[in-house]
Amino acid sequence: MMARLLDRKKIASLKERAIVSILAASSFLSIIVTVALTLILFTEAIIFFEKVSLKEFLTGTKWAPLFYDPSFGVLPLVAGTFLTTMIAIVIALPLGLIIAIYLSEYSNKKFRHYVKIFLEFLYSIPTIVYGYLALVVFTPFLKKYIPVEIFNAFSASVMMGVMILPIIASLSEEAFSSVPKDLREASLALGATRLDTVLKVVLPYSVSGVLASVILAVSRAIGETMIVAVAAGSTPNFTLNPFVSVQTMTAYIAQVSMGDTPFGSIEYASIYAVGFLLFVITFTLNYLSRVVFRWQKK
Amino acid sequence: MAKEVILSAKAISIRAKRRKLAEKVFVVIAFISLLAVLFTLIQLLSSVFVKGLKWLDLQFLTSPPSRFPEKTGIYPALIGSTWLIVLTIAIAVPIGVASAIFLEEYSGKSRISRSLDIIIGNLAGIPSIIYGIFGLAIFVRYLHLGRSILAGALTLSLLILPVIIISTREAIRAVPRGLREISYALGATKWQTIRYVVLPVSSRWIATSVILSIARVIGETAPLIAIGALSFIMTTPRSVFDPFTALTIQIYTWLSKPQQDFKEIAAAGIIVLLLLFGFFMAIGSAVRYRAGKFKE
Repeated sequence: MMARLLDRKKIASLKERAIVSILAASSFLSIIVTVALTLILFTEAIIFFEKVSLKEFLTGTKWAPLFYDPSFGVLPLVAGTFLTTMIAIVIALPLGLIIAIYLSEYSNKKFRHYVKIFLEFLYSIPTIVYGYLALVVFTPFLKKYIPVEIFNAFSASVMMGVMILPIIASLSEEAFSSVPKDLREASLALGATRLDTVLKVVLPYSVSGVLASVILAVSRAIGETMIVAVAAGSTPNFTLNPFVSVQTMTAYIAQVSMGDTPFGSIEYASIYAVGFLLFVITFTLNYLSRVVFRWQKK
Repeated sequence: MAKEVILSAKAISIRAKRRKLAEKVFVVIAFISLLAVLFTLIQLLSSVFVKGLKWLDLQFLTSPPSRFPEKTGIYPALIGSTWLIVLTIAIAVPIGVASAIFLEEYSGKSRISRSLDIIIGNLAGIPSIIYGIFGLAIFVRYLHLGRSILAGALTLSLLILPVIIISTREAIRAVPRGLREISYALGATKWQTIRYVVLPVSSRWIATSVILSIARVIGETAPLIAIGALSFIMTTPRSVFDPFTALTIQIYTWLSKPQQDFKEIAAAGIIVLLLLFGFFMAIGSAVRYRAGKFKE
């Protein structure tokens, strides 16, 4: 009897060990994916850099991969990305902050709850929908007032601003809400209005949280593909004029991989070079965002 | 002396009034900006419905794409998206949940666990187009899956895996410690406790994350473009190795056409997309609400 029980225990512990190793293997898949992803981007980019020098890639101001005499200066794509991202932030930051302050300091719980659901919905709307809105609804509207091209950076940026607004609003609201109640009450007890308290106590206290949310929003805007691919065009323009067609890094990758680019060609390799750059930029920003966010916790 | 005091008291009250006014102005501005965002969105979405609704009929839902606007349809894309959802969830959810269980229950606070934390966080922040070109290299080229449904589903699985891991970990963490201890006290092993206590208790939260992932898979476009799911597909796929198109890809194709009619047909496609997306988002939110995440 005793022996049998022991046997069952042994089998059970064997089973447990088998299960643990399956679970562990699933976890290590994340490591494998990370390593493989970095390796693939790197090795494919190397093929590109055998033909184009790193210096030409990073400092060249002309991006014309499909020309007879191709040139591979990535700066026009970087400029396009920078331009669309900056406009999006200029739109999303003030609006997002105001909404965050309102939610954390003025609104009641129920209203806050519903607005946050709405913000989550706003953030998860498929971005092709924003692309459609930029191209088919917003650009024609804009055309009535300003002479813009059919594909232009501005329309795409405005929609991108709407897309990233929830990140800034939601995360900043969380940062504001984490300000200790005592600090707020001390300020109110001294006769400050709520607005004074927000500007002089809450904001300074949670500045790192707000900054982290903005960095994260910038990273998302840089990595966003569909809005710019649909509405910002596919002309690599080395310009900061928002009313003309530009091409971002992501839109270029989408454009090339869409066509029947043969594997092994220089255009094919170039999407990995651009992809690698994009990866490095967003990785750095995400890392920064996390570091900045941790300041507040201390 | 006394006069001065009175004056400054007056000045103070004026300043206080100003400050109160500033506050009122701020509240009004804040409320208006919130409404502005809401109304812009409603305005924009209603324009989608106005443009697209007249093309949305049974013929549209049951026909393959065509170069004639009045004959074109979304049927292969709907089927393609369904395949993608089913496969992606079937691949990503078991791995994601297993991984979350390991990280939350077994690995403790070890160095491996902390580095895995960082790695998964990083994976969640990588732009989706990069997953796309990664899938293009790995699945389409090296594993010779071609531009098939399987390649698409594997790529999307990698994309949603970190999200599922993170949200499932939160779900598992929310299970009260007392419940586990009761199970241990009854002589259950660690796995038995997980299998019969932790997972059932957190199942609603896990279900939420799965449903929200479905919404994400429906709306994802960029990685599918990158692996080349853009071909003009007339037929519905018969196996996972067949080429495919998806709702978002079909919408993108229509949007890229110069004719105005196809822009409106894209709007019809977007209505279908938004209805499906909204359906899963609503279910996901409802399940989460009932699971009590927001009951403060």
